[in-house]
Amino acid sequence: MTVSVKPGKLIKGQTGDWEVVIGMEVHAQVTSKSKLFSGASTEFGGEPNSHVSLVDAAMPGMLPVINEECVKQAVRTGLGLNAKINLRSVFDRKNYFYPDSPQGYQISQYKSPVVGEGEIVVELDGGRTATIGIERLHLEQDAGKLLHDQAPTMSYVDLNRCGVALMEIVSKPDIRDAEQAKAYVTKLRSILRYLGTCDGDMEKGSLRADVNVSVRKPGGPLGTRCEIKNMNSINFIGQAIEYEARRQIEIIEDGGTIDQETRLFDPNKGETRSMRSKEEAHDYRYFPDPDLLPLEFTQGYVDELKAKLPELPDQKKARFIESLGLSPYDAGVLVAERESAVFYETVLDGLADKARDGKLAANWVINELFGRLNKEGHGITASPVSAAQLAAIVGLIGEGTISGKIAKDLFEIVWTEGGDPRELVEARGMKQVTDLGAIEKVVDDIIAANPDKVAQAKAKPQLAGWFVGQVMKQSGGKANPQAVNDLLKTKLGI
Amino acid sequence: MSVDAATVRRIAHLARIAVTEAEVPHLQGELNAMLAFVEQLSEVNIDGVEPMTSVTPMEMKKRHDVVNDGEIPDDIVRNAPETQNHFFLVPKVVE
Repeated sequence: MTVSVKPGKLIKGQTGDWEVVIGMEVHAQVTSKSKLFSGASTEFGGEPNSHVSLVDAAMPGMLPVINEECVKQAVRTGLGLNAKINLRSVFDRKNYFYPDSPQGYQISQYKSPVVGEGEIVVELDGGRTATIGIERLHLEQDAGKLLHDQAPTMSYVDLNRCGVALMEIVSKPDIRDAEQAKAYVTKLRSILRYLGTCDGDMEKGSLRADVNVSVRKPGGPLGTRCEIKNMNSINFIGQAIEYEARRQIEIIEDGGTIDQETRLFDPNKGETRSMRSKEEAHDYRYFPDPDLLPLEFTQGYVDELKAKLPELPDQKKARFIESLGLSPYDAGVLVAERESAVFYETVLDGLADKARDGKLAANWVINELFGRLNKEGHGITASPVSAAQLAAIVGLIGEGTISGKIAKDLFEIVWTEGGDPRELVEARGMKQVTDLGAIEKVVDDIIAANPDKVAQAKAKPQLAGWFVGQVMKQSGGKANPQAVNDLLKTKLGI
Repeated sequence: MSVDAATVRRIAHLARIAVTEAEVPHLQGELNAMLAFVEQLSEVNIDGVEPMTSVTPMEMKKRHDVVNDGEIPDDIVRNAPETQNHFFLVPKVVE
């Protein structure tokens, strides 16, 4: 599969423009109850070494048995990444010696991963998109956790995470700037969360990325890359790439060369730093794990999982645009987070006339609700206004019972006091006045009281706006604006 | 295939096994004897032959996704030379 790479933002150096080439390895914790090869819990936290079986602790004679759910989740993720699923794959031992791995090796997949090449489309600013190729996805074990700050001479080892299933998702070096890199992780996270194969919680480390960065003259040969390890924030990924690209350009332009090395990003200083690498280059001595047979399943198994995949963000976005007439931007905002899409669809379910009010509902979710939630620092799941309540408000506007302006007041009441919007409108007399007679009376009164303004308006029709304002004020914002406009035009003869 | 003294030292280091200089020639001899023995296998032509993973045709057994193990921190750290609050304690390693 070859993807046509989207050119990114070039960086100006002293010798001209430079292009950044980025590839990413994302480690995503598989959503499962138990570990990849043992029956110990995957629950986050827990007392030290409590979610650990004798298998995870690598006691002699213990043998790994694979968790079928983790296999299923990896295949479903592969399908969500439009990737080739390998019906036969192999587990290998990646040998290294460190206290976070009691086995002395990590069970991973090297030559034959469970998922092969795929691609995803990522959203950039201004409605642009880029297609990023996926190289592979494989299953592997997470390592234990080390605490170094508990005692001066000892490190503390907790194996609770040891053996938890991870999916390592490797991109092709198709990413060309920090914006694309951030969009890639954002989209990948969104797909995983829609699929329910990873919770995407970057703070808890459920999703973390190693970012490979190199620079070159546009179209020139690839430069030497540096790997920035263990990034767990999308914003930091962007900052780290910007810094690292500039660092490399400066070195090359000063006549130096880039050492291939592993670096860490320091968010406080906003810079990347070399990890002490006095040890020799890693030599993992991969070989097939003799404790595990090859992982095999049938095409029928894959097809069945494919048939049961949920609707993914791209499909949902297309459906919102096509069947509800949403703008691509609005549709994109609504589908970006799974919870937002669920909320919006619940609002839709509560509407009597989806075709009429679907678009209005989108505006209300995005502008009023998200705007207010952001201001108050709430997530969508903690929204004081429920989807049913918002659907009622939107329905009231759609059917002409209340004006958009009154709806904002109603929204405020529902936000702070709660309650059934329809009942509130009745009880507090918020109904829009569509009775032409009543509106006409107000219009007549205002015209009679302001003869000078009437004369001005006849000469300058824009001044009709002043009358609209007066009528709305008189009616407490409840007059139907369209009816007011029409009446004024007739009465003023403009 | 055979290993030289430097490779023996390197393998020992990767496995974190302490090998004194005096032991290297002996280990090198042993490793080379083993490699020579295994080397005989390369006489067999295996073009187009899939690696055999099992003597009888078998599929890998899979577990259901249930939590039925763990919660035995006392047992997990029982053999450790040094522990605290169910943590293993090891000489400080900082990357």
